[in-house]
Amino acid sequence: MNHSFIYFGGLLGKLSLKQLPHDPLTIIGAVMLIMVPITAAIVLTLTKRWKWLYREWLTTQDHKKIGMMYIIVAILMGLRGLADVVMIRTQQAVASGHAHGILSASHFQQIVSAHGTIMIFFVAMGLMFGLINLIVPLQIGSRDVAFPFLNATGFWLFFAGMALVNVSLLIGDFSATGWLAYPPLSELKYSPTVGVDYWIWSLEIAGIGSLLAGINFIVTILKNRVRGMKLMLMPLFSWSVLGSMFLVAFAFPILTVTLTLLALDRSFGMHFFTAGGGGNMMMYVNLIWAWGHPEVYILVLPAFGVYSEIVATFSRKRLFGYSSMVYAIWAIVILSFIVWLHHFFTMGAAPDVNAFFGIMTMIIAVPTGVKLFNWLFTMYRGKLNLKTPMLWFIAFVVVFTIGGMAGVLMAVPPLDFQFHNSLFLVAHFHMMIVSGVLFGYFAAITYWFPKFFNFKLNERFGRYAFWSWLIGFLLAFVPLYILGFMGATRRLDHYSASLGWQPLFIVAGIGVVFIIAGVLFQFAQLAVSIWQRNTNRSGSDPWGGRTLEWSLPSPPPIYNFARLPLVSTRDAFYAAKRAKVVSTQPYEAIEIPRNTPLGLIIASGAFLFGFAFVWHIWWLVIVGLVISIVAIIYRSLDPHPTITISASEVERIERSYKTEVAA
Amino acid sequence: MRKTKIWLGVGLALVAIVVVTAVYLSGVNIPVLEPKGPIADQEFRLLLLITGAMLIVVIPVFILLGYIVWHYREGNPKRGKYMPNWEHSRWLEGLWWVIPTILIAIVSVITWRATYQLNPYRPIASNYQALKVQVIALDWKWLFIYPSLNIASVNMMEFPLKVPLHLYLTSDAPMNSFWLPQLSGQIFAMAGMQTQLYLSADQVGTYYGRSANISGAGFASMQFSAKSVSQASFQAWVKNVRKYAPKLDLATYNQLRAPFSDKVHYYSLAYPCIFNEVINSYMAPANAMMAGK
Repeated sequence: MNHSFIYFGGLLGKLSLKQLPHDPLTIIGAVMLIMVPITAAIVLTLTKRWKWLYREWLTTQDHKKIGMMYIIVAILMGLRGLADVVMIRTQQAVASGHAHGILSASHFQQIVSAHGTIMIFFVAMGLMFGLINLIVPLQIGSRDVAFPFLNATGFWLFFAGMALVNVSLLIGDFSATGWLAYPPLSELKYSPTVGVDYWIWSLEIAGIGSLLAGINFIVTILKNRVRGMKLMLMPLFSWSVLGSMFLVAFAFPILTVTLTLLALDRSFGMHFFTAGGGGNMMMYVNLIWAWGHPEVYILVLPAFGVYSEIVATFSRKRLFGYSSMVYAIWAIVILSFIVWLHHFFTMGAAPDVNAFFGIMTMIIAVPTGVKLFNWLFTMYRGKLNLKTPMLWFIAFVVVFTIGGMAGVLMAVPPLDFQFHNSLFLVAHFHMMIVSGVLFGYFAAITYWFPKFFNFKLNERFGRYAFWSWLIGFLLAFVPLYILGFMGATRRLDHYSASLGWQPLFIVAGIGVVFIIAGVLFQFAQLAVSIWQRNTNRSGSDPWGGRTLEWSLPSPPPIYNFARLPLVSTRDAFYAAKRAKVVSTQPYEAIEIPRNTPLGLIIASGAFLFGFAFVWHIWWLVIVGLVISIVAIIYRSLDPHPTITISASEVERIERSYKTEVAA
Repeated sequence: MRKTKIWLGVGLALVAIVVVTAVYLSGVNIPVLEPKGPIADQEFRLLLLITGAMLIVVIPVFILLGYIVWHYREGNPKRGKYMPNWEHSRWLEGLWWVIPTILIAIVSVITWRATYQLNPYRPIASNYQALKVQVIALDWKWLFIYPSLNIASVNMMEFPLKVPLHLYLTSDAPMNSFWLPQLSGQIFAMAGMQTQLYLSADQVGTYYGRSANISGAGFASMQFSAKSVSQASFQAWVKNVRKYAPKLDLATYNQLRAPFSDKVHYYSLAYPCIFNEVINSYMAPANAMMAGK
């Protein structure tokens, strides 16, 4: 047995100048990537805003700012994920027969793996945690999250993981084994470069960040609700977040352990999942999906919550079937942990095992269907205000139902034998995740944007974006269903011309052009809205909101609620507006967390640790670890983690809002 | 007027898309929907059945959605009653907990039976004795060994019509998934393990098969042909291969397992235990070390 893969010689481990990118596409990518921080640095220097950046953002403990940073990172990473899509679609549209396209096989496979990893971990998760941070405390009438420092640390760990994925574009390579890196392909024997290590350590670090955020929001929702808000009075978005965060708390530790075991295999010659040496690759597949299946519900549940808020508000009606909705969420939470085997019916398990997991999977269609019918009946006998958030919702219902039908088909094991890993599957899960997650978060951003910026997003550009996205999305994925029937599998960098697949791949490519138009319209929408912001001031309640966040001024002050609201019903703000209550209670002093860079420092240590582990630079591994641990200890000894805003200061801030409105 | 024109344009575009798609699809081979053997055929029928069952719920949802959105939109003067506080109906909610549950219960029974029926390890009832074929997934080629006939082939599985094939699969490479969509669904091929699959063809023909699980740089070329022929021509083929094809011994096998994509070729089998030795080489650390794994 050869143990030479453990490098102890050299201060730089496996790192050398040879690891810099040398093919033209990667160089372009790397240059574009470096331009982002460089441009940011130049702008900050020219506008003399470094101090502002440090004080207002890098050290902030304010959940609203952390939420915004999550969303900004997610949007930037979304652009990178989209660039990956462009390369994948171009490659598959041209690489028919003897044409081998623009990418080598291994480069193509790296891009496919990066696309999946980035879109799930850094786009969908980023948007989700961003929205949760922005909205949940406001919705439950809380002045802060339960553990602000944990929350900030969670964000910076997410950021560190994101940074590590991007560094892989500059130095070394990325995993070429698909987004879940099945062994033995992901083992050292078949993937000897650092690609898989980058994948492991970026997800390991980001995953721990997610776990911290999950714990924080479970406690926030359970302990920080305003007095009177019983659980069954809580808005549906907060309910779905609670379900989702329970899944995070139970699922992410599985991911952490699985990745650690794979890292031990790769870096220290162990044999948890290797082929041979006593390893068992089937164990990895089970473990990764025991996390992976709950993960899709982690993403989709908060989006369901968003839809519940939007449908009620834009139908100008109470949400129909509130209790059913809550039970449906928890049915989904529980079921999502007993379906993981449906990702590998083709592994050869006995029919009783396969049938059990197939049936459990189908049962999830029941609570999901209940939610769908309740949304439809929320609109029934309403007064529908069909603004863009509602358009996203309607598109979601159509696309999600079609995708869900494909999902039930694949839940039948003998049918899955024909669809497993085919483009039919790829079309299915994109239909679920794009409509169920991305459309939901787009709707959410349009809906809650005025709360934080005091102006609405331009409706006309929103519609252009919506239609471009929807048409592009259908063009991109309906052909993939057909290609699945035709025997096309995922991750193919070229195919025989005689199979007749090329026209469909070209149509899918045209779909991406429409999606890019949609994205451009979204940026145009943002630009136009900022341009016209002074004529479009939205005030605190632009949509006829029903939940507590709309009772706050826009943007909300750092402490959210100057006076804690009184809650005795669902749709608390709607009730308060009707009762026309005006509180005259005196203002009180409010304690808020003091800014600290320690979260950022802990995550920097984690980043160094991860980077060093990838390259086997053992001294730096220790340095990174020590930085993180010392920062944690230092923080635990901090005697003054909070500052107090005096009652008169609160009064001054609250008054400033009123004069602003009067002006 | 302008609105009518827009709708007309959209309608025409949709018709054009449907026509073009239909013309295109009539000219290509769609394996999953054109089964040529009993297993794939049953899977195809099951697909139609479950799709039909799902449509019982899906079609009403689409009709309801269209109707509700159109009828209750704010701009509609004939919108009818507005009930802002109507939030609960035991009867209605009961309806959509119960009806999907019943539907899923029915589909579950179908699923349970079909999963046993189409268990890949279940022999196909036939008048013919099953033909045993050992399949080894290599980087990046498929090796088919016919132990009872003492021949082997790469990237081409030839077999007689109507005779059930009993495949034993393993891998001497990363995990692969064996997929021959016109004849049967997939099964994994994994190192150190053996999976099984029964399939059979009803018609003479050459069918497309490939790996559905990423296995490294040559993954896209990890494909093969399955050729079903008459008994007579199969016998002739076997005879020819035995007579003219080069020998497959351990040395040749070790050349084959190096990572490269390969064309079709045939061997007469000089070393009959290759399949078992490949599996064994992963079983114990000592063996693995000797084989350089």
